[in-house]
Amino acid sequence: MTNRGASPVGIALLGGGNAGAATGRGAALLALGGVTLLLAPLVADRYLLSVLTTVLWFAYVGQAWNVMMGFSGLLSLGHALYVGLGAYASAALFVHFGVGPWAGALLAMLVAVVAGCGIGFLGFRFGVKGVHFALLTIAFAEVARVGFDHIHWLGGSGGFFLPVEAGVSDPLNLRGSPLLFYYVILALTGAALLLARSLLHSRLGYQWLAVREDAEAAEAVGVDLFTARMTAVAVSSALTALGGVFQAFYFNNLFPEQVFSMGRSIEIILPAIVGGIGTLIGPILGAFILTPLGEGLTFLLEVSGLELPGLKQLFYGVALVVIVVFRPDGVWPWLARRLGLVRTSAEGEDAR
Amino acid sequence: MTAALLTVESLSKRFRGLKAVSNLSFTVPEGRILALIGPNGAGKTTSFNLIAGVFPPDEGSVTLKGQRLTGLKPNQVCAAGIGRTFQIVKPFGQLTVEENVMVGALARERSVEVARRQARALLERLELADAAQRPARSLTLPDRKRLEVARALATRPTLLLLDEVLAGLRPTEVDRMVAVLRDLNRREGITILMIEHVMRAVMALSDHVVVLDHGEKIADGTPSEVVSDPRVIESYLGAEEA
Amino acid sequence: MRSGMPIDYYLNIAASGLLAGLVYGLAALGLSVIFGVVRVVNFAHGEMMVAGMYGAVLLAGYAGLDPLLSAPIVAALLFVCGWGLQRGLVNRFVERPEHMQFILLLGIATILVNGMLMLFGPDSRNVMVPYGFDTLEIGPMLLDAVRVRAGVAAIGIAVALFAFFRFTRTGKAIRACADNPLGARVVGLNLDGLYALTFGIGAAVVGAAGALMTLLVDARPQLAPEYTLLSFIIVIVGGLGSLPGALLGGVLIGVSETLAGFLLSPSLKSLFSYGVLILVLLLRPQGLLGKRS
Repeated sequence: MTNRGASPVGIALLGGGNAGAATGRGAALLALGGVTLLLAPLVADRYLLSVLTTVLWFAYVGQAWNVMMGFSGLLSLGHALYVGLGAYASAALFVHFGVGPWAGALLAMLVAVVAGCGIGFLGFRFGVKGVHFALLTIAFAEVARVGFDHIHWLGGSGGFFLPVEAGVSDPLNLRGSPLLFYYVILALTGAALLLARSLLHSRLGYQWLAVREDAEAAEAVGVDLFTARMTAVAVSSALTALGGVFQAFYFNNLFPEQVFSMGRSIEIILPAIVGGIGTLIGPILGAFILTPLGEGLTFLLEVSGLELPGLKQLFYGVALVVIVVFRPDGVWPWLARRLGLVRTSAEGEDAR
Repeated sequence: MTAALLTVESLSKRFRGLKAVSNLSFTVPEGRILALIGPNGAGKTTSFNLIAGVFPPDEGSVTLKGQRLTGLKPNQVCAAGIGRTFQIVKPFGQLTVEENVMVGALARERSVEVARRQARALLERLELADAAQRPARSLTLPDRKRLEVARALATRPTLLLLDEVLAGLRPTEVDRMVAVLRDLNRREGITILMIEHVMRAVMALSDHVVVLDHGEKIADGTPSEVVSDPRVIESYLGAEEA
Repeated sequence: MRSGMPIDYYLNIAASGLLAGLVYGLAALGLSVIFGVVRVVNFAHGEMMVAGMYGAVLLAGYAGLDPLLSAPIVAALLFVCGWGLQRGLVNRFVERPEHMQFILLLGIATILVNGMLMLFGPDSRNVMVPYGFDTLEIGPMLLDAVRVRAGVAAIGIAVALFAFFRFTRTGKAIRACADNPLGARVVGLNLDGLYALTFGIGAAVVGAAGALMTLLVDARPQLAPEYTLLSFIIVIVGGLGSLPGALLGGVLIGVSETLAGFLLSPSLKSLFSYGVLILVLLLRPQGLLGKRS
């Protein structure tokens, strides 16, 4: 799957070398954003904090999804599977065995990696490509959705609930105030950004990009396609599962119908698509665009007293179409170029 | 006569009953340049793909310095010491030129920084240094061909397979590329197997020529022997009439 | 207890699965036609089908039309929509990477399904027909009249479609385009026009399938993603781009779903289809009747 439509600045933002480096202004803006988020709880009320938590959650899982699609060219439309497996695994360990989420997260990630690599193994060994691979990922997520409805040990379709005690603050068990959760997801998002950045500039990262650009040529220069793709799946599914652990302990309830739904998988991929597939800042920017817009729309509906279920999703649909028609590479590459946030060296001459 | 680096023995491949390559045998001696020529559809690129492990042969074997390559995947063939270019160039379009070559260098190199230095040196050598930070897809065709060669070289091959790297180049560009290839062969001892249509370059570069037609070897000899071979002349004229 | 049931009973279930499967197959046929020619996977397929269902519901409500009669009208309306969609939006994505096509159609699907949710609400809407509770006795089987009519109509439309591709000039031109787009352009076929026509035909077919579906199922917006996935499963099982494959896949999925729903549990029946999909993707990715690429 080659990215024929992408703009040259895409390279600058995802590749290494001088072309990819942020300008002073870009670095300053990034630092400013980070500090703002760190200090936000000082001024934010409970509602704003919950919105920011949601934004960061989507930024985080968007970054995780981006490792597969953006870096390695593997379109997964079933990432809700890894969120759900992570959420259920850690919740089950906590509820049934009293294992806290930090230890549980390791197992949750392992479960997701095993599932991801299982799907990857089947897909890559049998040569399932492109759209077919995407459908394979959907199929497994759907199997989990239906299957978990029937696992009574995990609450089945009636839902699985984590015990909630008011006023308890126990960070070691990820029990506490919204503020705790805010800082946890902020830390996760920051860590995911740094991890993705260092992966991209590693040997493995360059091999992923090569596979994404042209698998046959990558193989000819010694890249083992199977290993490269499997590692991408493993990293992506593990990171996504961690997002699931957070979700389980933040919301304290899990319903297969929601957790594994195709709609959830789509919500996961939206931030990266809107922000810019394959870029590091794209998923974060995308989440900051989409979630507040959705919230704003909900607010407007409430104020106007209109009952229009579906308007928010309709808006997401319009956003998708507008983005893919007018900014197919996402908002970030365009914004970064406009604001001079990255060095673009000679790419401006690209005649296309 | 030096020892054979690459030995191709009775290689055959059919596609849906069509014989693409049949019973092809030849050897490439170490340190030499061998050209594979023949009219369009003679099975040259298929032979390359069989050697490079893109698909397995129906029959026959390929060995590099005694190591059997038959049945290996392309990345394993690369690891064994064969670098290749593609007739229809395949740059990693969104990566920079430098990054393209780095990916090649990373085949044998763990450190990204070392790979970057190697890539820069190779780009210098192939006169692509000015374009190092440009996206590969913005290159012109001659530059893309050079990039193919640079990327294949970066994998530090003992044998370089070049699939029509001179096609589409202007005469001056052909001369520059010929000089680069000769230099690689003489100074670094890289053995080259090339598919080429530009006869001027074949005559200038190759020590030995193998001629294919309809998947079969019809001639095998020095460049001057081969061009005077009546069967070769016939096959080329026949191809032109068609 | 159930094992004591007579064989006729299973035959009955299988037959009603088969009839529903023909309607599924017809819907999938639309997807297959679009993919086979335009090479774009229509992720808004189920949404178009549900649009067809609402078309039939409205025509029944306001004009008292039987879905069998409203099917051609709905098909014509969806043809126009599909044609316009291809002309206006999808056509510029034909050469783009797959994931971009997917995102575009996902956006369209989201707009469609939520638009319908806003227009018609989340509650089911049904179509009343005078023969709604009739049964037909065929040999040992007792079949619902609605199923028989829907199944037969689906066959009729499928046959018309096959005939169109086989015998008309336009149909042959579209097939040429599917086999070799470059060649088709070289011999002077108007590719963009044929693509729009094909997308229109695909939409019309799925719209008609939706109209017929109202005989079996009440219309709800929530059905849309389910039908999109179902259509995918069917075309992949049958073979992407193979028209008889789509019908065969539809029947196969229809029968196995009905049997699984009866023998196991209704909520597990979709699990069964996904199982079939995964097996086919792994063992015969080109589908049962598809050509190996």
